[in-house]
Amino acid sequence: MPILLRRQSVLPGFDLTLGFTLAYLSLIVLVPLVAIVIKTTALTFPQFWATVTAPRVLASFRLSFGASLIAAALNTVFGLLLAWVLTRYRFPGRRFMDALIDLPFALPTAVAGIALTALYSSNGWIGQMLEPFGVKVAYTPLGVLIALVFIGLPFVVRTVQPVLADLESELEESAATLGASRWQTFYKIILPTLLPALLTGFTLAFARAVGEYGSVIFIAGNMPLVSEITPLIIVTKLEQYDYTGATAVASVMLLASFVLIFAINGLQSWNRKRYTGLG
Amino acid sequence: MKYLNIALVSLVALFAANAHADVTLLNVSYDPTRELYQEVNAAFARHWQATAREKVSIRASHGGSGRQARSVIDGLEADVVTLALAYDIDEIADRARLLPTDWQKRLPNNSSPYTSTIVFLVRKGNPKGVRDWDDLIKPGVSVITPNPKTSGGARWNYLAAWGYALRKYGNDEGRARNFVTALFHNVPVLDSGARGATTTFVERGQGDVLLAWENEAFLALKEFGSGKFEIVVPSVSILAEPPVAIVDRVVDKRGTRKVAQAYLDYLYSDEGQDIAGRNFYRPRSQKAAAKYAKQFPKLNLFTIEEVFGGWTKAQKTHFADGGVFDHIYQPGK
Repeated sequence: MPILLRRQSVLPGFDLTLGFTLAYLSLIVLVPLVAIVIKTTALTFPQFWATVTAPRVLASFRLSFGASLIAAALNTVFGLLLAWVLTRYRFPGRRFMDALIDLPFALPTAVAGIALTALYSSNGWIGQMLEPFGVKVAYTPLGVLIALVFIGLPFVVRTVQPVLADLESELEESAATLGASRWQTFYKIILPTLLPALLTGFTLAFARAVGEYGSVIFIAGNMPLVSEITPLIIVTKLEQYDYTGATAVASVMLLASFVLIFAINGLQSWNRKRYTGLG
Repeated sequence: MKYLNIALVSLVALFAANAHADVTLLNVSYDPTRELYQEVNAAFARHWQATAREKVSIRASHGGSGRQARSVIDGLEADVVTLALAYDIDEIADRARLLPTDWQKRLPNNSSPYTSTIVFLVRKGNPKGVRDWDDLIKPGVSVITPNPKTSGGARWNYLAAWGYALRKYGNDEGRARNFVTALFHNVPVLDSGARGATTTFVERGQGDVLLAWENEAFLALKEFGSGKFEIVVPSVSILAEPPVAIVDRVVDKRGTRKVAQAYLDYLYSDEGQDIAGRNFYRPRSQKAAAKYAKQFPKLNLFTIEEVFGGWTKAQKTHFADGGVFDHIYQPGK
């Protein structure tokens, strides 16, 4: 083992644990991903390019990544709000509300999709109230967004909550005594502390949204070029026995997700360095 | 998902086998046959008990026809397949070689013990005045059909519309294509399967017309009461022949060939035909057809062989990637 890789630690077992980590990661994550890439190589490059740049596929990438980013951003804002209320205030029903947050985790996604569609279709409770204003939610890209916001909510709340709980309110008080305005306290004291957790929550919510299938297909309407998500394109290709086409689209999605998540992680470590001066 | 399915089915199979039956069969079927095979399976179990003195328990798995075929290709051990269209069984024969490619000649009537067709389901009173295929391309008429790429039933819908247009425009392919394009521009939601489309139309209140299997339309009337919907029968439609087949490699491995064969033969028997008619499938036998004649309106039916030269050709021209259906949704057309 080269010395560079090794950092002295009081606990032994570095070789063993590293070996285990590598084997485990390979088995669980790398092998399936490699299988996708290998399957894709059955296509020549022009075939691959034609498959992944077909108008329907491109439109689905735009929708899947666009709606997922917006949904993750919305969840970051409102998730922070929810986490703030749940950790900072005591009120009746708080525990119940806290438990509610996890529901989108626990609910089978198909159930969520059916419930949301029933609510937002033009004869549903919410849908019929929006109808007079010409707002259609179910069977439009807006419906996709709502489903993605729904399933992504717990990620931000649950990552921010413990950090918020640890954040001592003395910090804010001292900021106030030193003459900081409320906005300055938030912007200079609270936000930097929460930023790593917020970014993690954002990444998780985004990753979940990109891959989401079950809840979205019910509410999306699945119109080509308009409301078809990429996972649906993959399933459609599979259903036509087009295995290589499906894996081609999947590999692009994989790569794009990886790049995005990698970028967000990079942002995070840059942010950490900026505020703590540590690597 | 697929492995989960396989795991679940095998788990169920395991328990069911231990629980009571001597033989088990797995019938992998398509979406709207739930009610039909529920009845057939119970009746056949009684029949087999009486004739062969053997207890048989049959489980049926339902879903989009293409997806079901794919599960079988990927290893789901189906003794018999009863799918929405011959193309899906062809794929099982071609890709996984689980049965001979001439499987469709092994049973009478193209291996289709019952037939169906495509009709319209409209809302009570037919507010948009839909009478025939022409009305579906009018502006302001909203049509619900599943996606032909994923749903077998939707392919029949699509081909029925195409066949009508060909007949109307004297076999002019270009005009038929414009007709079907106009029709699909009136479709606001593309569900992935026939049951999903029915739910969208019936329960979510989307659309003015549902293009549906005749049996599915009757079932919707029965389930939701005829006070809410009406069936409109177009002047011309397609003769849909959902085929059945034994999966040779599976029955030989599991030693179930005899009972599987008897199960499919039973579909052609008097009782089997009667059950089909009762579940709104058009029976093949004269006797059952006469009994249920009142239930099924007469209309001109064309077959896929006559108009499209068979499934393989239709699939390639219309539904494969880059086919006619894809062009309908290309931008600017």
